[in-house]
Amino acid sequence: MSQFLNFQFLAGHAHYLLFILLMMTGLFIVVDKTNLVKKIVGLNIFQVSVFMFYVSIGKVNGGTAPIFPMDAKYHVDKEAMIGVAYSNPLPHVLILTAIVVGIATTSLGLALIVRIRESFDTIDEEDILSIELQMTYDDNRKYGDAMGGLS
Amino acid sequence: MIYQHLILRVVTKMLVGTIILFALYVQFHGDFSPGGGFQAGVIMSVAFIIYGIVFGLRTVKKVYPEWLVHKTMALGVLIFAGTGIASMIMGYDFLDYDALSPDDPVAGQHLGLLIIEFGVGVTVTGVMVAIYYAFAGRNPSISDKDW
Amino acid sequence: MTDTFINIILLSMLTVTALAIVRMDRLFAVVMLSGVFSLLSALLFVTLDAVDVAFTEAAVGAGISTVLLLGTIALTKPVEKRPRHTALIPFIVVCVTGAALVYGTLDMPAFGDPNAPAQLHVGSDYLARTPDDIDIPNVVTAILGSYRGYDTLGETAVVFTAGIGVLLLLSGLRRRREDEEEEDQA
Repeated sequence: MSQFLNFQFLAGHAHYLLFILLMMTGLFIVVDKTNLVKKIVGLNIFQVSVFMFYVSIGKVNGGTAPIFPMDAKYHVDKEAMIGVAYSNPLPHVLILTAIVVGIATTSLGLALIVRIRESFDTIDEEDILSIELQMTYDDNRKYGDAMGGLS
Repeated sequence: MIYQHLILRVVTKMLVGTIILFALYVQFHGDFSPGGGFQAGVIMSVAFIIYGIVFGLRTVKKVYPEWLVHKTMALGVLIFAGTGIASMIMGYDFLDYDALSPDDPVAGQHLGLLIIEFGVGVTVTGVMVAIYYAFAGRNPSISDKDW
Repeated sequence: MTDTFINIILLSMLTVTALAIVRMDRLFAVVMLSGVFSLLSALLFVTLDAVDVAFTEAAVGAGISTVLLLGTIALTKPVEKRPRHTALIPFIVVCVTGAALVYGTLDMPAFGDPNAPAQLHVGSDYLARTPDDIDIPNVVTAILGSYRGYDTLGETAVVFTAGIGVLLLLSGLRRRREDEEEEDQA
């Protein structure tokens, strides 16, 4: 345990702890809140925190953004690159596309919420569940005998 | 709606052109600086969305009609996949841009990147504008005072 | 050291924003705060050297997603109901999940370690080969388009599919056609 409590270890892992704190805030909104729009916002917070965590893996201390210098003929200037550290570009690529896919799926979720509101006249999860329970109960009373005497 | 908000209308008219120009810069300068098809598509769609918000959905649909939006959505994916099919026809691997200029592979890569980034940008523009049209085309359930 | 200092400040601002979103019940304020959250995270991406990601997050998170959320609120309801259940069980679930994740990070290399396993294999290979293979300065574009073109094609197809899904759910094409037919008959 003592190996985890020295300053060097904590300084190297403080970022990860804060990312996880943000992730858990988003997860709490998704689990606790019953309003569907707020759930989507919480999901976005969770998603962005995961992106930050993922991009932080590619960070190199003293590195710079992975864009090379150019020479006068618009080619990569290989002589100016010597001795410069660049951060890992691969996580950037994966997260770049993930953000755009994320907004596309978010809009799909919002569209579903709009349709749910048109059917149930509420966007509160608990209300929707009680309405569905009532509908099932009514169906059982109406058709229960024909389906095998559930009433 | 259209006859109110003079300042918003004037500023929007000035901004829309600038936003489209910036989107094109991000699109075609993506090889040299941060940017590329995904960002350019989003910025391009913002130009149409801000126009729609200020001048109304009916006006923006005259500029960029709905059937054209649906065609652009599919066109971008077709451009992207078509580049891959073209390189296969030339006898190279799928999406191997060396095929576009066999004598000078680096030039082929430049051309290929430009084409597929354009395809991505077109699709993202179309999808974002289509989603905005879908949301804005419904009747709001709450009035302006409820906010 | 300055980097770490800036990161900690940005992360604490992000945490405060997220906690404010938990507490708010006016959805308009929640949406605006989520835009603030996106902009702050874009700043954090810049300090993490991911300029392309920061650009995308600023355009998507603060621009499009705010517009869509506002559009949804206009079509639904602007005030959130307080949940009827107690917040204790969700809190315990979140704490357990968080503890498991923290346990997972204990094995990870330190933040910014140049010798971490993630830096040693394919990423540095892309950095070394891009000047000769593709000869463009922005390595992110080179990987996105050329080395990993399949991924990008797949992501574009996903965006396209999600757009189709939203159109099917919301555009009401069939209803409009029926209305037009009724008008024709009348």
